[in-house]
Amino acid sequence: MRFRQLFPLFLTFAKVGVMTFGGGYAMLPILQREIVENKGWATEEELTDYFAIGQCTPGIIAVNTATFVGQKLYGTAGGIAATLGVVFPSMVIITIIAAVLRNFAEVPAVKHAFGGIRVCVCVLILNAVVKLWKKTVVDLPSLLIFLGVLALALFTGLSPVLYVVIAAALGILIKLRGGKRA
Amino acid sequence: MIYLQLYWEFFKTGLFAVGGGMATLPFLKEIGTRTGWYTAAMLADMLAVSESTPGPMGINMATYVGYTVGGVPGSVIATLGEVTPSIIVILIVAAFLKAFRSNRYVEAGFYGIRPASTALIASAGIGVVLLCLVDLEAWRETGSLAALLNWKGLLLFAAVWALTNVVKPTAKLHPILFIAASAVIGIVFGF
Repeated sequence: MRFRQLFPLFLTFAKVGVMTFGGGYAMLPILQREIVENKGWATEEELTDYFAIGQCTPGIIAVNTATFVGQKLYGTAGGIAATLGVVFPSMVIITIIAAVLRNFAEVPAVKHAFGGIRVCVCVLILNAVVKLWKKTVVDLPSLLIFLGVLALALFTGLSPVLYVVIAAALGILIKLRGGKRA
Repeated sequence: MIYLQLYWEFFKTGLFAVGGGMATLPFLKEIGTRTGWYTAAMLADMLAVSESTPGPMGINMATYVGYTVGGVPGSVIATLGEVTPSIIVILIVAAFLKAFRSNRYVEAGFYGIRPASTALIASAGIGVVLLCLVDLEAWRETGSLAALLNWKGLLLFAAVWALTNVVKPTAKLHPILFIAASAVIGIVFGF
């Protein structure tokens, strides 16, 4: 029966979801232990491949990787079961926290706490940007794309979708024209 | 039909945000500004909670924003909206795995998208900084440059930055510790 294959997949990825804190990168060691070592559902190399592709394809890295592993095991249904698994704990935990915080949002201590937390969030975003900057701004064209998008995003209210589409077109234009010349 | 719109907004976010959870931030900020569903300050709080609770941050944010907009059904619909494009894209990519990895158009496209994605996150980050560390209203009222900046906030900002970048023993600590410490400082010093 299908359910008997898909449910363990859901459960394992729910476990991975609970144990992940923060971004997708934090998930890799947990996936290595659960998927490669404990279950043997993928090899180390496959997982690294999935993870690499998950980073450069659209969406949340955790979801992309889960879909990959699930798809490899049981096709489309497997991909969906693994994704629902990785997402399930977040939905439960966050809904509870959000419901609780909504009732306490006006308490002065909570307000002051979030006043401090927001400052910390600024630093966390800055650190994430610096880390990404080192990896993604690698030469003059990518620096120009970075500066152009940053300026436009800061001073216009256009949708981020537009910038992503234009940047993809620019990337193809720059790389493939440059490639021909070389 | 708010749920339909919610699904569509998060579908777009899932389709165009490249590079993980933080990459969804500029999209979520734009959705908030355009629809009026939540403010930038609320989004910063949701980001902090998402970073400090179990689960991938991007999914936590989607669930939280969805709940804020439409309660429990909203949280489910927003999250499903965000993962739908991922599932579709990955199922297609998995079918052509080898061809995808070595396709030069794909590679060149992502060469352009990656710095753009970084720039979008940077711009959203600057928005949060302006919100937390600069008080334009006080500046307009008093006209003094000293009132423009939130000095307590700047001090905390400098301290957290130093602890996560310069001081070696604390740099590797989990962000949740800095978030918790900042909450305590916020309460004690009345942020």
